[in-house]
Amino acid sequence: MKLTIQHQTTYDYEEPVHYALQKLRLIPRTGHGQTVLNWQTEISGGEKQLTFDDLFVNHTELVKVTPGATRIEITSIGEVEVENLNGVIGKHAGFAPLWLFENPTPLTAAGNNIRKLAASVRNATEDHDDIVRLHHLSQEILSLVTYETGQTDSTTTAEVALTAGHGVCQDHSHIMIAAARLLGYPARYISGYLFMDGQDQQDATHAWCEVWTKGLGWVGFDVSNGISPDARYVRVATGRDYTDAAPILGIRHGNGTENLHVSLQVQQ
Amino acid sequence: MMLGKTAGGLFWMFRYLERAENTARLLEAGWRIALTRSSNSENEWRSIVTTAGMNVGYEEKFDSYTAANVINYLLRDKDNPSSVMATLDQARSNARMVRTALSSEVWEATNECWMSIKAELARPVSERNLHDVLMAIRFRTSVVRGALHGTMLRNDIFCFSRLGTFIERADNTARILDVKYYVLLPSAAYVGSNIDNAQWEVILRSVSAEQSFRWLYTGSISPMMIADFMILDRRMPRSLAFCYNEIGENLRLLEETYGTRQPCQDQSDAICKLMRGHTVESIFQHGLHEFLGEFVKDTTALSSAIEQNFRFYG
Amino acid sequence: MKQNATFFDEMLATPGDVRDPYKVYFDWFENEDLKRLRRKSEDAEAFFRRIGITFNVYGQDEADERLIPFDIVPRIIAAREWAKLERGIEQRVRAINAFLYDIYHGQEILRAGRIPRELISGNEAFCPEMIGVNPPGGVYTHICGVDLVRTGEDDFFVLEDNVRTPSGVSYMLENRETMLQMFPELFTQLKVRPVSAYPQRLRRSLSDSAPASSPNDKPVVAVLTPGIHNSAYFEHAFLADQMGAELVESHDLQIVDGHVAMRTTQGYQIIDVLYRRVDDAYLDPLTFNPDSMLGVPGIMDVYRAGNITLANAPGTGIADDKALYSYLPDIIEFYTGEQAILKNVPTWRCSEPDALAHVLANLKDLVVKEVHGSGGYGMLVGPAASKKELAAFEKKLRAKPSNYIAQPTLSLSTVPILSKAGLAPRHVDLRPFVLVSPNKVEITPGGLTRVALKKGSLVVNSSQGGGTKDTWVLGD
Repeated sequence: MKLTIQHQTTYDYEEPVHYALQKLRLIPRTGHGQTVLNWQTEISGGEKQLTFDDLFVNHTELVKVTPGATRIEITSIGEVEVENLNGVIGKHAGFAPLWLFENPTPLTAAGNNIRKLAASVRNATEDHDDIVRLHHLSQEILSLVTYETGQTDSTTTAEVALTAGHGVCQDHSHIMIAAARLLGYPARYISGYLFMDGQDQQDATHAWCEVWTKGLGWVGFDVSNGISPDARYVRVATGRDYTDAAPILGIRHGNGTENLHVSLQVQQ
Repeated sequence: MMLGKTAGGLFWMFRYLERAENTARLLEAGWRIALTRSSNSENEWRSIVTTAGMNVGYEEKFDSYTAANVINYLLRDKDNPSSVMATLDQARSNARMVRTALSSEVWEATNECWMSIKAELARPVSERNLHDVLMAIRFRTSVVRGALHGTMLRNDIFCFSRLGTFIERADNTARILDVKYYVLLPSAAYVGSNIDNAQWEVILRSVSAEQSFRWLYTGSISPMMIADFMILDRRMPRSLAFCYNEIGENLRLLEETYGTRQPCQDQSDAICKLMRGHTVESIFQHGLHEFLGEFVKDTTALSSAIEQNFRFYG
Repeated sequence: MKQNATFFDEMLATPGDVRDPYKVYFDWFENEDLKRLRRKSEDAEAFFRRIGITFNVYGQDEADERLIPFDIVPRIIAAREWAKLERGIEQRVRAINAFLYDIYHGQEILRAGRIPRELISGNEAFCPEMIGVNPPGGVYTHICGVDLVRTGEDDFFVLEDNVRTPSGVSYMLENRETMLQMFPELFTQLKVRPVSAYPQRLRRSLSDSAPASSPNDKPVVAVLTPGIHNSAYFEHAFLADQMGAELVESHDLQIVDGHVAMRTTQGYQIIDVLYRRVDDAYLDPLTFNPDSMLGVPGIMDVYRAGNITLANAPGTGIADDKALYSYLPDIIEFYTGEQAILKNVPTWRCSEPDALAHVLANLKDLVVKEVHGSGGYGMLVGPAASKKELAAFEKKLRAKPSNYIAQPTLSLSTVPILSKAGLAPRHVDLRPFVLVSPNKVEITPGGLTRVALKKGSLVVNSSQGGGTKDTWVLGD
């Protein structure tokens, strides 16, 4: 499937910016069933400082907001050809060791509820293989945590979201990652794009997770949609949790508020 | 190459040293009046504290102006952020920050100045040991100045140090004159009483210029002479004209060093030009108070232009 | 001077018999007037105060500035003793740099099973953000301070490898400066190897480690300090001054054209090498602690992109971690193929059943430390503990043996200090300073000797009544 993506993020600042940086992880890589045919990022109101691969080999860019600017606009446009791998990414690669994905992070630290969830899944799937167990976990999470926007934000932890019973794809992924790690599986966060038939215009990027099993290596699970990723999914960045893979992460010196607006089109 | 922060640190280190010294001179003048005149010393002390710009804080703490309270408030009161001790603390903090720009003699002189004055001011200062304390302050700050002149390269480090000194000094002399401007008005001369003579003496003493004034002006003294001496006389190292001459010179040296002319240099040149265009008569015609008020405002504006042009802060 | 029977004294190994390196000094001392020496000692203190070589004590009234006491009797090390230490330190430091490269890349040492994976994976000193980073010139620990103790004529042990941001080198330099001023005659009689070249060597060593991508003609070096309120500020300013480098703080720095640059009176100047005296956690609020006011946002990205050298590299703490310490001999062997020249303090890892049995049987003679503890917390000093304390600790030890290591209580050597009654032996340790650049490892002959001024005390820390001495390494 050939997907055309246009992703624009705008920050409006109440006061002219004195000094601010934005770290972007917005460029998909070719590999694991996807081929980037072309990709371009344009920035207005800021200057690109650096381009490099981070510790998870995500294409990363560091941008400085032009001093005195009141708005920065980051636009990515590109085309990606994707084949359906049924979520199977395979063998682990890169310098980041597999065990790094076994340790909890602040956003994925397990509390009582996640421990309970992991235990119940363990009991329910004692005689089953890894994949069955993980799909079961994914379904359990979706039934316990309804998809609802506006209730959680980028700082919500997995335990808080599970306890609250609602959240978005980010929360679903964090809960799955936390529980999978408790069950002994390395797990990681994926940020990316999802083609949704009949919904060209989206207001946020998508997130799912991948869990490593002995037999298949890394396997993707999109808890929010109850499936493993297929040809509609474009992987952009990975990491231990959202913080590692966030599309945009910034820091700003100075006063005043900022307003964020995202406009995203994923089309076939 | 010099960090903007370092330029700022040098500038403020020397502003604070100059300020500590000026406060000590002011106290000395006040003390002198209190010794030589019996009546109405409360007014004199009030005017000293006002000239130092510390009257608001003082009146929050004390109901009346007494020698003991004023002395300790100006020198060492922990509630007074502008006390000599607080000012020397600031000077030393800045010196520590810019230590890599200072010769070891300048740093050690500054550190020793701070250590010895801190020891002197550890206990309340009585009228009996006031003289010694004030002497120590003048002496210790002079040693720093001496070390600066004797051991530092004449480069941008020196320029920023001197700019701090002369901006502070110009501001200080102008404020002293402004608080007392009414005793310098021509109308005051007709009164011709002892009170006014004493007031003139305070003015001269608070910039330690009574002696040099006597050398230059013999015979009858008029307030206009004093004003001329303190505003326009370029021989007098605390006059406004002298200070601006030095400021202009140091900015010119910076222009030469860096190969760029900064807007603050235009501001400084404009003030210099204005001063050269004046006679003491034209200043009085213009209005002494107005003249001084504008001068203080222009000097403040120049100071912040220097801060910006040379990137003291981020 | 009375000789303490149970400890090795570096001046009088056996009573009445002055060891070779101290012979000249001892004769000189015998002819000196004690009063004159005590006056010299006071002069030294006044000198230190004037130049401001003080450290700040937090939580005290108006950030009290204290002096670290200085003792005027030098600690003297013979040429051949030093030569052996030098070889041992160099071997150790090379192995540590190889280990750091490996642990942040392929992790061959874990794959080979030479150290347990949990030692790294469960360790907070491991810095994932360093994974895959290639430090310019391959150097991780540009500056190290290896803590050594001595227990006998030929017995030196490494107590700790300080490879994060070791401090104290300014004391080494100022102590020597003071001794040269006070006792010039001694330096004419003894061939003491100079330490004064350290700042120039540091500068050269840092410049040699600059990134290849620099836009500057000559490498620009700066020292990053948390500011004038930091307890080691004196040293930061001192080193910047002596090296001719700028001393910068967080708010002097910005990202400019993909580099880290400092704000000067004429605009921004790109920095090639940053000798940072700010801890990892505070170094980059965009990567680590977001609340840090001491760091430079984005500096880790500039580092990863190869546009700046950080000295030392972040994440070096994994190499001087207490849990890893006992594996240093294995690490040295793995990367150099050689046996370790310098000894580690024998360490029993209580996770191993035989070791645990030994520790339990000898608890009252041992020091037991928590693997991840620091600052002496959660520690048992066997000889000083009561029966009740021993019993309580035994319980903890049995419950979670893997959390503990044990070491014998070391008999630190003594060196005389000038006490009221003349020379008196006190316990010492030694921190030599090591510079690592892509081309070489340099060890300054000397170092910081810390001395426990209290009689009988084994604690040399300045925060607990320790002082310093000048350390003389004799030439051949």
